[in-house]
Amino acid sequence: MTLNNKLIQVDNLKVYFPIRSKGIIRRTKGFVQAVDGVNFQIKRGQTLGLVGESGSGKTTIGRSILRVNEITDGNITYHLNGDSIDLTALKGSDLRNFRKYIQLIFQDPYSSLNPRMTVRDIIAEPLVANNLVNKKEVDEMVHETAMRCKLNVEHLRRFPHAFSGGQRQRIGIARALVSNPEFVVCDESVSALDVSIQAEILNLLMELQDELQLTYLFIAHDLSVVAHISDQVAVMYVGQFVELAPTDRLFNAPKHPYTEALLSAIPDVDPDYEMKPVTLKGEIPNPANPPSGCRFHTRCPYAVELCRLDQPEWREIEENHYVACHFAEQLSLKGIPTS
Amino acid sequence: MNDLIDINKEYLLNVKKLGVSFETDEGIVRGVNDVSFQLAKGKTLGIVGESGSGKSVTSQAIMRLLPKNGHIDPASEITFHQNGDLLNITKLKADQEEMRLIRGGKISMIFQEPMASFSPVYTIGNQIMETVQLHRHVNKKEAKEITLDMLDRVGISNPKIRIDQYPIELSGGMRQRAMIAMAHSTEPSLLIADEPTTALDVTIQAQILELMRELQTDLHMAIIFITHDLGVIAQIADEVVVMYLGELMERGTTREIIKEPQHPYTKNLLKAIPKLETLHGRLTPVGGDIPSPLERPSGCPFHTRCIDSIHGKCEVKNPEENRLSETHFVKCFLLKK
Repeated sequence: MTLNNKLIQVDNLKVYFPIRSKGIIRRTKGFVQAVDGVNFQIKRGQTLGLVGESGSGKTTIGRSILRVNEITDGNITYHLNGDSIDLTALKGSDLRNFRKYIQLIFQDPYSSLNPRMTVRDIIAEPLVANNLVNKKEVDEMVHETAMRCKLNVEHLRRFPHAFSGGQRQRIGIARALVSNPEFVVCDESVSALDVSIQAEILNLLMELQDELQLTYLFIAHDLSVVAHISDQVAVMYVGQFVELAPTDRLFNAPKHPYTEALLSAIPDVDPDYEMKPVTLKGEIPNPANPPSGCRFHTRCPYAVELCRLDQPEWREIEENHYVACHFAEQLSLKGIPTS
Repeated sequence: MNDLIDINKEYLLNVKKLGVSFETDEGIVRGVNDVSFQLAKGKTLGIVGESGSGKSVTSQAIMRLLPKNGHIDPASEITFHQNGDLLNITKLKADQEEMRLIRGGKISMIFQEPMASFSPVYTIGNQIMETVQLHRHVNKKEAKEITLDMLDRVGISNPKIRIDQYPIELSGGMRQRAMIAMAHSTEPSLLIADEPTTALDVTIQAQILELMRELQTDLHMAIIFITHDLGVIAQIADEVVVMYLGELMERGTTREIIKEPQHPYTKNLLKAIPKLETLHGRLTPVGGDIPSPLERPSGCPFHTRCIDSIHGKCEVKNPEENRLSETHFVKCFLLKK
């Protein structure tokens, strides 16, 4: 495990949000276990896709790496120019100085751009806010980034309302990239876009990754989109990872019953393809009161007594293929052929 | 032979040359232009289109729920079959008794965001019972029974407890089920579903689609399913209408549209979807941007993004609808027979 060029490593990450009682004292009466013991690493220049249903904790992981929410336990190690930095320990000006390396692209290109600022000012804001460069350089960098994101530089003095959804998302991407980050969290960054525009933005993100050696954490609920952009994919369920594998492997040969259920529910555009979704019983459990043992046992079609009692270990069953299921080796689950 | 069947077939809904304009401060916006389609009893019609394509405006016109600044062209016709009578919906007043009975009664609707469609201050049961009492002329006790039965049918466990709960107490999937229960409680002959599964996760989406299919068979109702997701359309629709900037580009059976698309827009759209069979390499975007509805292109609305557009023709004239088969229609100069 020497030099394998990993950029970020997350160990046993836990994020619990307190539930407070009403009244003056506001005693803590429990915790929402938004993220509960998650491990992964991402290599430089690669993309980790993160899928899971709403409320599974995808966004909280992204926000923890960005250090916008408190981390309850665990480590996030970032490798910068050969040094290992403990992200969870950064404070004050150190944290401020570090922020330029990690940026975020938002979901909604309509609400994430200030309507009263010109496109130039929006893109320049990370530079100005962090006092990174002098005024002359700002214009140069904005110009360069805008061109790179295929924005018309003649239009930089306009306001966001004059742009279509796809162009606005390109403005959001330019804003994220202007400070030359290494790592970008894309939280549902193409979900709000129309299909004809979505393909273009995905292509742009992939081109920029090649050009600038960017590393992405790509959060989305659309599995086909995630499959396209990711080198490896992690599946989340109620605050925990259930499976993590290289993209093709995860889709072709899933090892966790929840991954199988998710894959079977993707509607195919081929009308001859007969969808046979694995029906999951019941509802997604409440993360404030997760089920005992394996969190998926209440809905899992293969669950037995052991699953209710024992929490399955997160283990590597094949090279780079991690899963948390007692019966990962025994079950023969159905995937989707990809190529 | 086929023609004969066509003539005799009773359409539940027949939309002819629908046009809708909106008066706005920036000028008149054409929301829907020259859209025609038919829907047979018990069948599912999918309307696909991107934002601004007029798919929701079309459904609002059928329900007569257009905002005050929206006007249906006088020449448009929407014929709805009700108890053996033919009703022209465009000739009714939006707040007329007759229309109010159709809306939510014979034609029901479900929306994308169930949280926004329920009132937060009344219980689920209260709201469904109100609908049932209004449209089915039953007393309170019977209405409650119908409601309980409906909640049970859509797969809500413990309907006796759920009936007294507020929308906020239900999860997203449960709320959408309650919404579906409400829409079906009046035994409509047409259900309009406007992006009903877009806000839901895939496993829940699969459950809801399955549920809608079951109810459709049981109640023999027709569905207009509006979505931007061609995968969902392929799984649920019998026929598909493809819209772009308020106009119909192509319509046909689901197989015709997905297996043999003829319009450049439909072809491009199908290519742009990320597919699991071809994971590696770049996607094929449609190219260009969707024009603003205030700056509608002249001629064919798609010509600004069409790689095959014929100079001197496509930007000048809007093509007429061409019939390629009994069921397949397309509006494009490239396919002139």
